[in-house]
Amino acid sequence: MTTTKMSYDEALDRFEPVLGLETHVELGTASKMFCGCRTMFGAPPNTQVCPTCLALPGSLPVANAQAIESTIRIGLALNCSIAEWCRFARKNYFYPDMPKNYQISQYDEPLCFDGYIDVEVDGETVRIEIERVHLEEDTGKSTHVGGATGRIHGADYSIVDYNRAGIPLVEIVTKPIPGADRLAPEVARAYVTELREIMRSLGVSDVRMEEGSLRCDVNVSLMPRGSSEWGTRTETKNVNSLRSVERAVRSEIERQGAVLADGGRIVQETRHFHEDTGTTTSGRSKEEAQDYRYFPEPDLVPIAPDPAWVAELKAALPELPSVKRKRLQAEWGLSDLDMQAMHNADAIDLVEATVAAGAPAADARKWWMGELARRANESGTALAELPITPAHIARVTELVASGALNDKLAREVLEGVLNGEGTPDEVVDKRGLKIVNDEGELSAIIDEVLAANADAAEKVRSGKIAAVGALVGGVMKASRGKADAARARVLILEKLGVSE
Amino acid sequence: MSLIQKSAAELGALVAAGEVSAVEVAEAHLDRIAEVEPKINAFLHVDREVTLGQARAVDERLRSGERLGPLAGVPIAHKDIFTTRDMPTTAASRILEGWRPPYDATVTRRLREAGLVILGKTNLDEFAMGSSTENSAYGPTRNPWDLDKIPGGSSGGSSAAVAAYQAPLSTGTDTGGSIRQPAAVTGIVGMKPTYGGSSRYGLIAFASSLDTPGPFARNVLDAALLHEAFSGHDPLDSTSIDAPVPSVVEAARQGDVAGLRVGVVKEFGGEGFQPGVQARFNEAVALLESLGAKVVEISCPSFATALPAYYLIAPSECSSNLARFDAMRYGLRVGDDGTRSAEEVMALTRAAGFGPEVKRRIMLGTYALSSGYYDAYYGQAQKVRTVIAREFEAAYHQVDVLISPTTPTTAFPIGERADDPMAMYLADLCTIPSNLAGNAAISVPCGLADEDGLPVGLQIMAPVLGDDRCYRVAAAVEKALESRWGGPLLKEAPAL
Amino acid sequence: MSAITRDEVAHLARLSRLALTDDELDHYATQLDAIIESVAKVAEVAAEDVPPSSHALPLTNVFRADEVRQSLTPEQALSGAPAVEDDRFRVPRILGEEA
Repeated sequence: MTTTKMSYDEALDRFEPVLGLETHVELGTASKMFCGCRTMFGAPPNTQVCPTCLALPGSLPVANAQAIESTIRIGLALNCSIAEWCRFARKNYFYPDMPKNYQISQYDEPLCFDGYIDVEVDGETVRIEIERVHLEEDTGKSTHVGGATGRIHGADYSIVDYNRAGIPLVEIVTKPIPGADRLAPEVARAYVTELREIMRSLGVSDVRMEEGSLRCDVNVSLMPRGSSEWGTRTETKNVNSLRSVERAVRSEIERQGAVLADGGRIVQETRHFHEDTGTTTSGRSKEEAQDYRYFPEPDLVPIAPDPAWVAELKAALPELPSVKRKRLQAEWGLSDLDMQAMHNADAIDLVEATVAAGAPAADARKWWMGELARRANESGTALAELPITPAHIARVTELVASGALNDKLAREVLEGVLNGEGTPDEVVDKRGLKIVNDEGELSAIIDEVLAANADAAEKVRSGKIAAVGALVGGVMKASRGKADAARARVLILEKLGVSE
Repeated sequence: MSLIQKSAAELGALVAAGEVSAVEVAEAHLDRIAEVEPKINAFLHVDREVTLGQARAVDERLRSGERLGPLAGVPIAHKDIFTTRDMPTTAASRILEGWRPPYDATVTRRLREAGLVILGKTNLDEFAMGSSTENSAYGPTRNPWDLDKIPGGSSGGSSAAVAAYQAPLSTGTDTGGSIRQPAAVTGIVGMKPTYGGSSRYGLIAFASSLDTPGPFARNVLDAALLHEAFSGHDPLDSTSIDAPVPSVVEAARQGDVAGLRVGVVKEFGGEGFQPGVQARFNEAVALLESLGAKVVEISCPSFATALPAYYLIAPSECSSNLARFDAMRYGLRVGDDGTRSAEEVMALTRAAGFGPEVKRRIMLGTYALSSGYYDAYYGQAQKVRTVIAREFEAAYHQVDVLISPTTPTTAFPIGERADDPMAMYLADLCTIPSNLAGNAAISVPCGLADEDGLPVGLQIMAPVLGDDRCYRVAAAVEKALESRWGGPLLKEAPAL
Repeated sequence: MSAITRDEVAHLARLSRLALTDDELDHYATQLDAIIESVAKVAEVAAEDVPPSSHALPLTNVFRADEVRQSLTPEQALSGAPAVEDDRFRVPRILGEEA
């Protein structure tokens, strides 16, 4: 199917986007939402299942206390009100990866509601209002066999693994977000990024988009400039990375803009994002509107969180990422731009840990945002996934500060650590990466270099002190980088009888 | 007296004293089952070797000095709606034919722990939906009093097995009267404990907010002993009450109503009630007064809407509970020819695997929950439920227990109401209110109707966790009537 | 006037995943109509200000600790399955949304 698109700028000239985001977060509890099965990612198929999560006849759910607590903490971190009394509800629809053919979810009584978070985009603060945060259970996973592409469409049959069925899932739904305008894609991305960091700081989920523990549905509609009536929205699923969030919004704006400009209508539908092309395609249009027949779950009793307990949870919340960033920025004395760059690179926690391990903030930042960011970029991994720790970086900065290493040697040490050669000290030993501190050895090298570069030596002697650079370079080269350049310069000038 | 005629308490005492082994007791009952089962059809599954294996294990535990309860070595017939690891579990449905659960229900586990020996799985209306056991996919069970009559339902296999001396005890589940009504029409004792007093874990759900496991026995004390054996808090059932089981055995031994305030539910009598049922009930009221109870009439006008409220709530929950029977993970699969979609196979399997009553209730429940109808039907039924619970509460301010006939009529002929759902539903008229309010209620025999010579049940209702009151009153009635009759009512039953 | 039409019954059968024949649809339409008319009596109870009861008893806050319990073995989990492949439940092709 070909999709006509309009350029982003043209679409934005004519229309104003309204966003909405539904995010699912798999909680990192040890056991499932309603039974005691493990929640380990990647376990062999159907090894983490029991009568309850397989929906065997007669089985019953019992809610996981930790999941309830985590959901309330998420709600509190998102500035939500916490329900004084609420119930689980059954959402009824048939699907082979959902064992009971109903999902235990929440309907009109979410655990948390009416919150907000602020995100920063291009130096502007945008407030995203949260409609609700509720708790539900995940489904199993189908693999489609036969057909062309392993896709569901055209498959001969499917095989289902229910290990994931029943893992606690928190759904976070924003209110419609108007006013993001041209920054809509960036706002969407910033929101999901911020949510992810909040989840991490709360320690409630590992929020790995690539493993599906954080999943995002993106709603987009357009309204003509000057209008106040919102357009029909589409819901794009399968958005599996932060970058995809941004691209999916952009792509939908471009597609909808073209349809509307052409006098067409937007169909309210589910669309799927394709990582490879960066575009969305229509899901199968439903022949009839879904009727989920929600009703209160009779197998579970209502939740009535004790207000005193909720107050305790609130008081014990960790410093939230946005607050922490402001504090660290002040402590480290960084500009907004530098701080934003570190945020985008997911480097803040790493730098903080490196500082905590004893490194000066500037050095820590220099390494993570420089050499290591380059390495991560080259190998296509996240900064935090590099096989090097903040403690390693702190040790390297210590060695540089003590004069034992210079910058060039420090880079070699890092390379060794990244290659798995051991700790920085071990790499220094194994590779023999110590600055030449022996004055006799250095003096001998300098003598050789002066002899081999008599012209340059003469220039310096005659007062062209700038020419000493070439001689220092020669010494560094001859020592294979291990000489202390500053000390070499002093000695060269001494030997040539020149003073600055 | 042969072993099969003894009470559960007596059998337990004999086994405990070493006078008879659990194996001998089980064999006597298995022989009785083999003898009369062709006439009764109370069981869906009997496996002599599995049962004798259980009995041998109990004898071994007793020999090794393990202290078991008063029912150790006593055999029991188990409703085929509780999961059992060693026997198939079908809920009397084609859709689960031959299914062998990989786990035991909590009730099953507790029976085993107490040393009871499971004789087999008893017949029921498919998924416990019905009042006659005619809705079983495996043929109806017959009433030992008259083989052309229904044994009640849904736990009709369990009531018939006990009435036919195939087992001294059996389990049932009561959603709208499925223990009390079969007990009444077969002349035995059947108790619906307080909702949440006995665990639903491993009980194949019909209507989650109503289903309650309970005991059947030929006398009140036996019922109380069984009640105590499998009841109590279960962390695997969120709706289970975390409180001690009321002292039902003590109450059954006490059997005394002096000074007790008894309320007769005004709405349950008169028009629509069989004269013979009404007559026996009136005598029971007089009997209670003669025993020192203070009897008053209590009006509960909203009870008239309990039946329609029930027929909205129960089908709504069942429409969702039975969605899991979809041919994907277990049970029947029909029409999977390699070209049909999962959706089509689900629909074909469910059409082939469920009987007419189950389909009717699934569709009724789907309707009641649909957007646009929810408020008028399911939502309103839930409000009526509150009104009924409040009416009970007000009544229990005035009296300690409420009484009524258990059923408006005695056992009706097999086939009579089979295709008339509305007539069938009337069988549960008097039992449903207690389910909606989660209250305790028992049925105890109170005589035979003059018209047909069939048993009549007296229902005694008590508030939440007032289970002991039910047993106390039932035991008093039983004691007085048996001394009048010169023995239990069941001795009047024709020989099989 | 009937409370429920044959078309509505057909819709309910679809929602409930019940492949009913035309005769069955006719039969159930008649029966459901009578039942619905009868259960509609719940509307006669004045209950505007009454809270609905979804449960028999007013229990709240029943939870389990976040502790791992023994799962079934894959053999047990799959023991009742109509079809199995690679330790997974094999099911007919799913008419899902195109992904």
